[in-house]
Amino acid sequence: MRDLTEISNPYSDGKIIDSCSIFGMMDTSGKCFSGKDITKAIGNMHFRGNGLGGGFAIYGLYPEYADYYAFHIMYLSKDSQNQVESFLKENFHVVVTDEIPTQPTPAIINPPLVWRYFLEVDMGKCVLQEPDDYVTEKVMQINTCMDGAFVFSSGKNMGVFKGVGYPEEIAEYFCLNDYQGYLWTSHGRFPTNTRGWWGGAHPFNILDWTVVHNGEISSYGINYRCLEQFGYLCTMQTDTEVVAYIIDLLMRKHGLPIEIVAKIMAPPFWDDIERLPQDERELLIALRQVYSSMLLNGPFTIIIAHQGEMIGFTDRIRLRPLTVGVKGSMLYLSSEEASIRLISPDLDKAWIPMGGEPIIGRLATENQKQFITGVTEVRTGNKLR
Amino acid sequence: MKTYIPNKFIVDRDPERCIQCQVCVNQCSFDANYYDAEDDEVKSREENCVGCHRCVVFCPTQALTIRKNPLDYRENFNWRPEVIEDILKQAESGAMILTGMGNDKGYRVYWDHLVLNASQVTNPSIDPLREPMELTTYLGSKPDKVELDSNNLKLKTKLAPQVKLDIPVIFAAMSYGAVSINVHESLARAATEAGTLWNTGEGGLHSKLYKYGANTIVQVASGRFGVHQNYLDAGSIVEIKIGQGAKPGIGGHLPGEKVSSEVSLTRMIPQGTDALSPAPQHDIYSIEDLAQLVYSLKEATNYEKPISVKIAAVHNSAAIASGMVRAGADIIVLDGFRGGTGATPKIIRDNVGIPIELALASVDSRLRAEGIRNRASIVVSGGIRNSGDVAKAIALGADAVYIGTAALVALGCTLCQQCHTGKCAWGICTNNLTLTKRINPDIGSRRLANLLRGWSLELKDILGGMGLNALESLRGNRLSLRGIGLTDTELKILGVKMAGD
Repeated sequence: MRDLTEISNPYSDGKIIDSCSIFGMMDTSGKCFSGKDITKAIGNMHFRGNGLGGGFAIYGLYPEYADYYAFHIMYLSKDSQNQVESFLKENFHVVVTDEIPTQPTPAIINPPLVWRYFLEVDMGKCVLQEPDDYVTEKVMQINTCMDGAFVFSSGKNMGVFKGVGYPEEIAEYFCLNDYQGYLWTSHGRFPTNTRGWWGGAHPFNILDWTVVHNGEISSYGINYRCLEQFGYLCTMQTDTEVVAYIIDLLMRKHGLPIEIVAKIMAPPFWDDIERLPQDERELLIALRQVYSSMLLNGPFTIIIAHQGEMIGFTDRIRLRPLTVGVKGSMLYLSSEEASIRLISPDLDKAWIPMGGEPIIGRLATENQKQFITGVTEVRTGNKLR
Repeated sequence: MKTYIPNKFIVDRDPERCIQCQVCVNQCSFDANYYDAEDDEVKSREENCVGCHRCVVFCPTQALTIRKNPLDYRENFNWRPEVIEDILKQAESGAMILTGMGNDKGYRVYWDHLVLNASQVTNPSIDPLREPMELTTYLGSKPDKVELDSNNLKLKTKLAPQVKLDIPVIFAAMSYGAVSINVHESLARAATEAGTLWNTGEGGLHSKLYKYGANTIVQVASGRFGVHQNYLDAGSIVEIKIGQGAKPGIGGHLPGEKVSSEVSLTRMIPQGTDALSPAPQHDIYSIEDLAQLVYSLKEATNYEKPISVKIAAVHNSAAIASGMVRAGADIIVLDGFRGGTGATPKIIRDNVGIPIELALASVDSRLRAEGIRNRASIVVSGGIRNSGDVAKAIALGADAVYIGTAALVALGCTLCQQCHTGKCAWGICTNNLTLTKRINPDIGSRRLANLLRGWSLELKDILGGMGLNALESLRGNRLSLRGIGLTDTELKILGVKMAGD
């Protein structure tokens, strides 16, 4: 039996209150594009942040190293870098090591050292585990046990860039115009009760999952206690962490599709469930009964991304904004419509989804038929409407 | 023997107001008021007054005031009047002192040292007048995860039976025999109207109440009174009663005078005989025996009803609760030492058991640490007084609460602690037919349903204030609580931070 008072902290006061801007764009045909547009779009929502955190996630980023885990690690000192690098050598086959290119940006003060590693899991070391679990465990180990080092990106063929500053400043600092990807998400942060620190900026990442989040999770107190039962320790001083862990648990470990996961995090009201056809009703009642502690209550909009998929939804009574825009094979998700119009003035369609209704963009493939309840469906690239 | 025990109360009758109508005489079941025909005057025998205030409420001219007899003994903190009088009672009777209701001593009421949170600025509070606010709760064992049929995304997992509550407040077990049929009917009808449950207690279910079965918890206690197949089939939950907060470790005793013909039929015992509930269940001497009874009842009810197990909150409740969950209980009920009773030895009531707040916090933490919290619902009872207590209990980790005393107060009870005498002037805890008709089920059920309605409105306000619109987001959410005036150890057990922190 685990003594829960010994892990995390017994009162788990790790919740950070913030408000933010979020933006995501995806070309569902898989075509890659640079960070120019998204920087402009998120920059248009400058006022929603306060310069204490900005960041980007890019998918399809490292096609030449697509089979390797790409670690982005920030260090406060050379010492911690040496320590972590020997840890990486012990536990992985390190394919490439390089410093992430940056350019001097006036607003960025005292940046940490930021390095990138392409890693292969040493199958001799990870015998009884899935490689993903092995990687997760090592990331947790670095982030909780090693001073002055923080892994902020650990997926394949994707990467996160983030830091303290407005998102447009972070984009400039990391030269994001030089990168190409088919799916970008970004975040401008307005933390209200904590120092901004580089690791605390969004997107949050584990493996190739990223979350950007605008809101405050009022149910955090039960969400983290529920996750503790499943072995997740909330250590990162932010409520966004619970979103990431719930997604990891439900999708990767319980094997539930995102449509269902959205119904767990932002479930329909009991009264609405009562009116559904029997099969759906039974399913949704069971989801609320079993996963009641994973309901995310309070205001939020989140954009979740992983390889080939971008999902956006709000809390069930839409206390934070989300606008959807569609143009050809492009899907845009944004806190504000103006930002979408700024980079794509001539949208085919723009709308505000219902509270809790997931908007899902997937890379175009054949035969994608999915069950989505009561949702304005956004389908594969060639079927977008 | 001349009694040395002075009267507890003074009955002040204002001669200017009194019209000699004798309502007080008729209302007092303890013979504290009488009519002196010679003097044509209503008078009092103050030594009989129990302070129940029945006469005060019914006096048409407000002529009556009941005051405490000041009894100014020489000040002594150790040898308080209550202590002295208890000794006198035993010196005169040579008996155990019996009493009713729950522990009335000044132990710390933890509810009064916990405060709730509210939203300001960074997350909005939600207005329950304008937004949906959900109190729906399902009791029953939940699996670790849900599995779907991968082809059509239909539900594959078959959940254990679940019982729905529209408000997480249930009427606690009070047996027919201890309370009257009219009280049972009031509880059953109010529970049905409010979309919640009531509990038969250990005295069986009167045949005319079977129609409320969907809202009924049927109890199986050590005396097995009135337990048969139809009874088990009638309820929506079957509850095994191991213990009770007012008298942990003690059995029950319904005196023969209360076993009327109807009670006799329902309990399946001869009329006028004492109904003795043994202290333990004689087929449960260990946790594996409990598992056998749990599964016997599951077999008997075709695995269609959750099986609940109720214990008194005692020192090692957390370990016991863990065992109960592993023994197959779908619901565990913890009854704290302020829980009421129809009769208990006073020495047990006042000295055995622990506060429900602490028991609840440690049980919830323990089940989470073992990763089995989802396998059983937790229902707590023992001193829940208002919707604030309900919200705090849920934030500490309860799924729902039982209210017994609060429900009786809604029916008129003033906690005069005479339940064991069978003379309840309010007609609640008695089977004297002239008294039981004082509870009219039409009015009684109205009063109880009103109480639940008021609490549910308040709960919605509390939730909305915290920016939550579903009760499950408060359940176990101890960050929504802060402690005031508690020691570090108390805060640690409750898992709650100090206010201001």
